[in-house]
Amino acid sequence: MSVATQEKAKRPPSLLRAVAGAPRGLRWALLAAALAVTLWLPNGLYPAVAVDILCWALFAVAVDLLLGYTGLLSFGHAAFWGTSAYATGLVAIHAGVPFPVAVLAGALVAAALAAPIGYLAVRRTGIYFAMVTLAFAQMIYYIANNRRGLTGGENGLQSVPRELFGLDLTDAYYFYYAALPVVLLGLWAAWRIVHSPFGRVLVGIRDNPARARALGYPVHRYKLLAFVLSAFIAGLGGGLFAMAHRFVTLDTLHWTTSGKAVVMVVLGGIGTLWGGVLGAALLVRLEDWLSFSGFEAVGLVTGGLFIVVVLVFRRGLWGTAADLLRRRLNR
Amino acid sequence: MAETVLATHALTRDFRGFRAVDGVDLAVAAGTVHALVGPNGAGKTTLFNLLTGFLKPSGGRIEVAGRDITGLPPERIAALGVARSFQITSLFPMLSAREHVELALQGRGTLGWRFWRSAKLLGRYRARADELLAMVGLDELGEAPANALPYGRKRALELALALALDPDVLLLDEPTAGMGLEDVDRTVDLVDRVRAGRTVVLVEHNMSVVGRLADRVTVLQAGRVLAEGPYDEVRADERVITAYLGAADAAG
Ligand SMILES: Nc1ncnc2c1ncn2[C@@H]1O[C@H](COP(=O)(O)OP(=O)(O)O)[C@@H](O)[C@H]1O
Ligand SMILES: [Mg+2]
Repeated sequence: MSVATQEKAKRPPSLLRAVAGAPRGLRWALLAAALAVTLWLPNGLYPAVAVDILCWALFAVAVDLLLGYTGLLSFGHAAFWGTSAYATGLVAIHAGVPFPVAVLAGALVAAALAAPIGYLAVRRTGIYFAMVTLAFAQMIYYIANNRRGLTGGENGLQSVPRELFGLDLTDAYYFYYAALPVVLLGLWAAWRIVHSPFGRVLVGIRDNPARARALGYPVHRYKLLAFVLSAFIAGLGGGLFAMAHRFVTLDTLHWTTSGKAVVMVVLGGIGTLWGGVLGAALLVRLEDWLSFSGFEAVGLVTGGLFIVVVLVFRRGLWGTAADLLRRRLNR
Repeated sequence: MAETVLATHALTRDFRGFRAVDGVDLAVAAGTVHALVGPNGAGKTTLFNLLTGFLKPSGGRIEVAGRDITGLPPERIAALGVARSFQITSLFPMLSAREHVELALQGRGTLGWRFWRSAKLLGRYRARADELLAMVGLDELGEAPANALPYGRKRALELALALALDPDVLLLDEPTAGMGLEDVDRTVDLVDRVRAGRTVVLVEHNMSVVGRLADRVTVLQAGRVLAEGPYDEVRADERVITAYLGAADAAG
């Protein structure tokens, strides 16, 4: 998969770029529509599902920051999602701080963990990079499993408090709106990074690392910073996920969790940023619907959907939509 | 004689038992244009890759302005004021010509690290970028994606990228390769203009270009220095004529 996905990562279609050529009115209309859907979501879906979508959206966007904009396929991002989930839970349990503070602390722990892992991983590219990240994630998984005193082992971390200035957030419906600012902050950060001078360098490194080095860019260090930033955003998602479920299990560190985030990005479109949000919404909703209807082979359906999207919409759902819109506008 | 800014001592590079660069001693004097000629496969590009850190030497040393840079990575060498162009055009397919030059200009500062700022900040390089684009004859094509440029214009952009670094030492690997006559003339004029205050090392097959630009010439053959000296001397050297320049150049 890595070779194919990396090929595609070279030409990111951008809905934003398509829209940038569109009349100003249309741009604002699209943004308003996105905001309206976001605000309406817990009314149309189970609020708990809507909250899960928010968390996974952050995770997918973080993975796309690396895959789509730096050309690095991380297959071990569960290490950061899960580590932040545990760290957030522990901070909430022991410090009793407002939940956004606990989430922020969790994300910082994830970013700190990403520094040494990234330092070693960015020395490799392509499938070897994916392997190194996977290996470290497996290591974290086993450490978490063995440190039962800290993580609760297979029982997980139980009864994580969800505190925000004494507000009653037990209902997922209200928690959704309380979590939304953290999510929007994380998504905005990803957008800011991609459209910064740093983001411009990342795209240069992705497309032609040798030339970037000849221009004086220390490619490893740039990749490392991208890796740490990506881990931070994934950590925001993981921390919120811990708050959303009020317990943390080893699943958050499992390699299938890393894989799920990559699938979301591919579904939405690599290098589209918001495609990850779409992929997360689709996959979370679908999995919930399948498990609710008592269907056993969830993986079969999501796997099938994955294959169809990869074959039919080669640039992912968002990327294909961007292409269509661009063609319409250019006519 | 002027001081030496770029020197190699017994520089050697092996590829799995094949010696592509074989004990090369090179001394490039400050402010000169130094041509590197030799048949295909002589090791010229490999030598450039060694000088710029893209390959590690199997033996020998490299000095820039008296400082040992052997084994430094490419980005460090670039930061020391040694810029190169690539024989095989090496661009960023997604970026426009102006974005290329902006990226090259941005590399010298710390702006590249600012992930919390807007890319609009790169606008501060715009005037300088347009100047460089005009210099290489790309002023009309700043918005064009690099992919869409015709071959000769891509070569020009390749040059603009190296120039954007404002290097003390400029290494040009066959800058006129595959160009039409008009573009060759334009490139010669350009190198002549930008050489002021710099040292230029030029790999070039076109002997008339070498004659017009080079102060000194080093002839490489099979990885070794065959001859070294002022253009007219080297041109008249028996060994060089039989080995490389041959009848074709004597006639032209
Ligand atoms: N990466 C490499 N691996 C193996 N052999 C190489 C490599 N790069 C160059 N060579 C060999 O080294 C010799 C010199 O090549 P090169 O430096 O490109 O010559 P020139 O630029 O003078 O035409 C050639 O025989 C070439 O095949
Ligand atoms: Mg060559």
